Amino acid sequence: MSGLNAKTPFRYALNAASVAGLYLLLMALIRYRVLNRYQALMLIPIGFNIILAVSLNLSAGFLGQLPLGHAGFMSVGGYAAALLTMNLNMPANVELPIALVFGGFVAAGFGVLIGLPALRLKGDYLAIITLGFGEIIRVIILNLDFTGGAYGLKGIGRKTTVTWVYIFVVITLWTINALIRSRHGRAILSIREDEIAAEASGIPTTYYKVLAFSISAGFAGVAGGLYAHYLSILDPSAFGFMRSCEILVIVVLGGLGSIFGSVVSAAALTVLPEMLRGFAEYRMVIYSLLLIGVMIFKPSGLCGKYEFSLGNTLGGIQAGIRRRILKRGGGVNGSGS
Amino acid sequence: MAPVLDVSNLGIRFGGLQALDDFNIQVAGREIVGLIGPNGAGKTTVFNLLTNVYHPSGGGIKLTGLDTRGKPTHQVTRHGIARTFQNIRLFKSLSVIDNVKIALHNSMNYSVLAACLRLFSYWKQEKAAEKTALELLSMFDMEGSAEAPAGSLPYGAQRRLEIVRALATNPKVLLLDEPAAGMNPSETAELMRTIHDVRDKFGVSIILIEHDMSLVMGICERILVLNYGLIIAQGTPDEIRNNPLVIEAYLGSRKEA
Repeated sequence: MSGLNAKTPFRYALNAASVAGLYLLLMALIRYRVLNRYQALMLIPIGFNIILAVSLNLSAGFLGQLPLGHAGFMSVGGYAAALLTMNLNMPANVELPIALVFGGFVAAGFGVLIGLPALRLKGDYLAIITLGFGEIIRVIILNLDFTGGAYGLKGIGRKTTVTWVYIFVVITLWTINALIRSRHGRAILSIREDEIAAEASGIPTTYYKVLAFSISAGFAGVAGGLYAHYLSILDPSAFGFMRSCEILVIVVLGGLGSIFGSVVSAAALTVLPEMLRGFAEYRMVIYSLLLIGVMIFKPSGLCGKYEFSLGNTLGGIQAGIRRRILKRGGGVNGSGS
Repeated sequence: MAPVLDVSNLGIRFGGLQALDDFNIQVAGREIVGLIGPNGAGKTTVFNLLTNVYHPSGGGIKLTGLDTRGKPTHQVTRHGIARTFQNIRLFKSLSVIDNVKIALHNSMNYSVLAACLRLFSYWKQEKAAEKTALELLSMFDMEGSAEAPAGSLPYGAQRRLEIVRALATNPKVLLLDEPAAGMNPSETAELMRTIHDVRDKFGVSIILIEHDMSLVMGICERILVLNYGLIIAQGTPDEIRNNPLVIEAYLGSRKEA
């Protein structure tokens, strides 16, 4: 994890270039109709599912707790963002990022409020209490006037574009990755590994638990905002326990503690049900069998704790080529002597 | 010279059990004190009280004059009491160097924002931490396995890493809970040299709990004997070796037999 070598600036440039390159590629695929309209629209749910999964991974994979109320934070962020854009009269591309950041902060605030009491518990107890809080949030939204109650919130406006989703996915990945590889991230990891030893090493464990939990909630809120402005309507029943479970399935399948795994798994599990539409009623059966299969044959998730790094991968390829050339060179020398 | 650690009348009750009573100890700078006693005598309880894992029902702890009463464990560590654990508690799936860097947490002060935005303070302090961690590891001949997961180290090296991690918090007092547990005689002899080195190089005071008498007698300048939560004897290794109360606590008295 020590990314402190001379190649660091090169790696940052490489990553920035690949992020821009991937964006241009996606845009080109949409522009030239390689992806049809429906497939292009699928990029948006893939995007907010990536944000949801990566943010849940922060508290489930890196902090090592098991919260089951992620959909609750998503709904808080979604409603906050939607209510803001509905009351602002600005161009869509100005108010959307403001609303998303606002939604994120409101959700993070709820994360602190819920995290403080909930994080006194561990494991299955924490799962149950966060599940409870998630349901409480949903029921409160259901019974408030300004959220539209059971009718839901209508006429939010479709402001979410592939570009905005892409930008916020990149921000999420950057932030959580940068956080994990810092003294704060190490503190969070140490709590997962051994809370007593962490405290004895001078880590204020309560602070870091609440911090990780609320950052996780905040990004769920951002995803909620993207979701709200994608569907244009919000309905409290969409943020039930099942939604939290779906996100947890994505994270576990991708590998607890692997950001790369969450990204791959979020994309795969968003696309898979759509691809299986041809099988009609067997769709969910196949989906479940795939999940069971992965858990049996790779219980640590598809990627375990593996993290993809473009710099390392290219470095590996480079080293491989150099070895091969050297070997050939050595052979030539050998035959010459 | 004022003692580094001054503990007076420390006691704790668990329900009806007085696990520790009237515990007094003054530890001078660079002193090595042994804490021995039969199983269940309250030795680890002393460590848990000193680090505020348990809160005492009576008495006080002063660390270089500072009252640590009511402070959370991580603050006590910050003020200068570090410990190792009887059953090794490393961050097993993290690398060796990350184990040390976690303990260096409080030697850095860049904010969450500075970390996420990769500001200058992040690079500067991370570089310094990396250097300190490698220096510490190389003092214990462990720099070669810096990137290996801590859980993959051999047993003796794991014990050493626990000591390195404790030292990384820059302590004044180091508490070692059965550092020689599970070691063979040659490993124990090496550990003895290590403990001496640690005291000399880092200038810390050390309190150690140990059942291995060769280690305790060979290294400690002063020994306290606990039995049923009470100090039954204290003195130099020679005095303890010949103290009838200590022999009775360990072996039972002649009359009962």
